[in-house]
Amino acid sequence: MQKQSFLIGIFDDEQKLVDSTRHMVGKNYKIHEIYTPFPVHGLDDLMGVERSRLPYVTFLAGGTGLLIGLLGQVFVSSVSWPINVGGKAFASIPAFIPIIFELTVLIGALSTVAAFFYCTKLFPGKKVQVLDKRQTDDKFIMALEKIDLKEDDQTVMDLLKNQGAVEVMVKEL
Amino acid sequence: MSAQDEICHLRTPLVEKERTYKQISDDVLNTLEKGPSKYWLIGFTVAVLTLTLGVTSIGYQIATGIGTWGLNKTIGWSWDITNFVFWVGIGHAGTLISAILLIFRQKWRTSINRAAEAMTLFAVCCAGIYPLIHMGRPWLAFWMFPYPNSRGSLWLNFRSPLLWDVFAISTYLTVSAVFWYIGLIPDLAAIRDRTTSKLRKKIFGVISLGWDGANRTWHRYEILCLILAGLATPLVLSVHTIVSFDFATSVIPGWHTTIFPPYFVAGAVFSGFGMVLTLLIVTRKLMNFEHYITVNHIESMCKVLILTGSMVGLAYGTEFFIAWYSGNPYERFTFINRATGPYAWAYWIMVSCNVISPQLLWFKKLRTNLVFVFILSIFVNIGMWFERFVIITTSLHRDYLPSSWAMYSPTWVEICEFIGSFGLFFTLFLLFIRFLPAIAVSEVKGVYKFAQKKN
Repeated sequence: MQKQSFLIGIFDDEQKLVDSTRHMVGKNYKIHEIYTPFPVHGLDDLMGVERSRLPYVTFLAGGTGLLIGLLGQVFVSSVSWPINVGGKAFASIPAFIPIIFELTVLIGALSTVAAFFYCTKLFPGKKVQVLDKRQTDDKFIMALEKIDLKEDDQTVMDLLKNQGAVEVMVKEL
Repeated sequence: MSAQDEICHLRTPLVEKERTYKQISDDVLNTLEKGPSKYWLIGFTVAVLTLTLGVTSIGYQIATGIGTWGLNKTIGWSWDITNFVFWVGIGHAGTLISAILLIFRQKWRTSINRAAEAMTLFAVCCAGIYPLIHMGRPWLAFWMFPYPNSRGSLWLNFRSPLLWDVFAISTYLTVSAVFWYIGLIPDLAAIRDRTTSKLRKKIFGVISLGWDGANRTWHRYEILCLILAGLATPLVLSVHTIVSFDFATSVIPGWHTTIFPPYFVAGAVFSGFGMVLTLLIVTRKLMNFEHYITVNHIESMCKVLILTGSMVGLAYGTEFFIAWYSGNPYERFTFINRATGPYAWAYWIMVSCNVISPQLLWFKKLRTNLVFVFILSIFVNIGMWFERFVIITTSLHRDYLPSSWAMYSPTWVEICEFIGSFGLFFTLFLLFIRFLPAIAVSEVKGVYKFAQKKN
C-alpha cells in the first residue's frame, strides 16, 4: 500500500483540542481524522461527520426479526403441523408475542453490531498502525494529511503549537 | 462561571482522587500486567475446587439419572428451578446498570458497569446449567431449537412458557455478551498499545479488532451503544417476565398470579444489585479501585436496594391480600400454609432478608458503612434464594389432595451442584478481573472531568 504522510498535532487536553479544531476548520484546513482515547463531544459537528445511519439498520433488521417470529410461528402451528387443542385457534398470536419480541431484539442487535463492524472496518486480527501509541491512553491527536496542505509544514506546525499542541511532528503510515 | 460549572460543584466527583488520564489507565490496566496477588490465588484455588465438586456431581447425576435428586411425585420441581431463577435474577443487574442507567444518563455507572455486566454473563451461564442437567440427557439439548427434523417435522410447542424461556435466556446471553464486548474494545486497544509482553500484544491485537480511536469510529460507536442499550432495556425486563410466566401461566395456587411479572423483575434487580455489591466491595479492595468504585457508588446501589426491596415487600403483601380477597380456598390455603406451615421458617427468612433488612439502608450512616453493606448484601442474596424456594416448593408440597402431601429435602448431589455453580461463577469472575480491565477505562476518562474540582 502507498504510504501516506501526516502532519500531526498532539494535545493533552480535550478542550484545547476542540478549540483548535474549531480554529483549523475556520481557517479551511482539511482535517484527516482526530484520534482520541474517549469520545470527545463537539468534534462531530466541527469535522462535519454526518449522523450515522445505524438506527435504520436496527429498524429494518428488527422488523425482519419480527416478521420471522410471527410468520414462522404461524406457519408451524397452522400450516406445517396444526394441532387441535380443544378447538382453539391455530394461529394464536398472543401466545407468540414473547418469541416474536425476542427475535426482534436478537436480530436487531446482532445486525446493528455487524453493520457497525462493516462500516468502521473493524475485524479480528486487523493490522492497525496507530499514529501515536498514546492515542488510546491519554493524548488527543489531530492528523492532517500532507497532500491537503497548501502551506509548508513549519507554518502549520507553528499554528498547531500556538493552539496548545504539546508536540507536533510529521509521520508516515 | 458557566451554568455547567455551577451544577458540577453541587455534585460529588465520580473519581475521588485527582488523576491524569494516564494515571487512570495505569491504575486499572497495570493490575493486568502484574502477576496474580496472593489473595487472588487463594480465591481462585478455592473457586476451582468448588467448580470441580460441581462438575463431578453433575457427572454422577447424568450417569445415574435424575433420581439422584430429592424430587418426588408431589414436588417435581424444587432446587433445580430455584437455582435457575436465582442465577437468572442475579444476571439482571449488569444489563440494568449498563443499559438502563446509560439511557437515564447516570454517569456513576461508568466505573461499575464493566464488572457488573461480566457478572451478568457468568450468572446467566450458571443459570443455564440447570435446565440442561434437568433434561437428564443434556446431549439432546438441541431439541429445544426449532429446526427441520426427521420426526415428521414435529415442531416445538411455541405456546409453552418453557420454550419462551429458551428464546429469552439465549437472546439475553447473546445480546449481553455482545454489548459487553463492544464496551471492551477501546480498552482492549489501550492494552494492546501499552503492554510490554509480546504474547499479550498479539492476543489483544487480535481481539481489539484494529481499534484506533478515530473520531468517526467513536461517533458510530456511541450510537451503537445507545441502540444496544435501547434494545437491552426492554430485553432485560422481558427476560424475568418470561421466567415468571413459567409459573404464572400454570394453574397451581401460589403460582397462578398476575402480579408475577413486575414482582419477579423487581426481585431480579434487587438480587442482582445484592450480588454486585457483594462482589464489588471485595473487588475494589482486592484491586485497589477505591478511588473509582467509591462509597458514593455503593450508596447509590444501596438506594436501588431500598427501592426494589420495598417493591418486593409490596408484592408479598399484595399477593397475600389477593389470595384472601379472591375467596378461592385453595389460594388462601397455599398462602397461609406458606407463612405458618412446615416451610414457615423459609418464608420468614425470606421476609426478614428481603423486606426488613434493606429498610436499614434508609440511614446514611449504615449505607456508607461498607462492612455493614457487605453483610447486608449477603442477606439479600440469601433472602432472594429463599424467595424462589418458597414460591416453588411451598406451592407444590401441599396440593389439592392431602393424601399426596409431601416434604422435600435436597440430596447431597443437589447440594454439591449448587455449591459447584458458585465455583463456576467465581472462577469466571476471578479470571475476568485478572485478564480483562474490570473498569471501563475509556468511559471513566470520558466522565472524569464531571464534577471534578476546577483549579
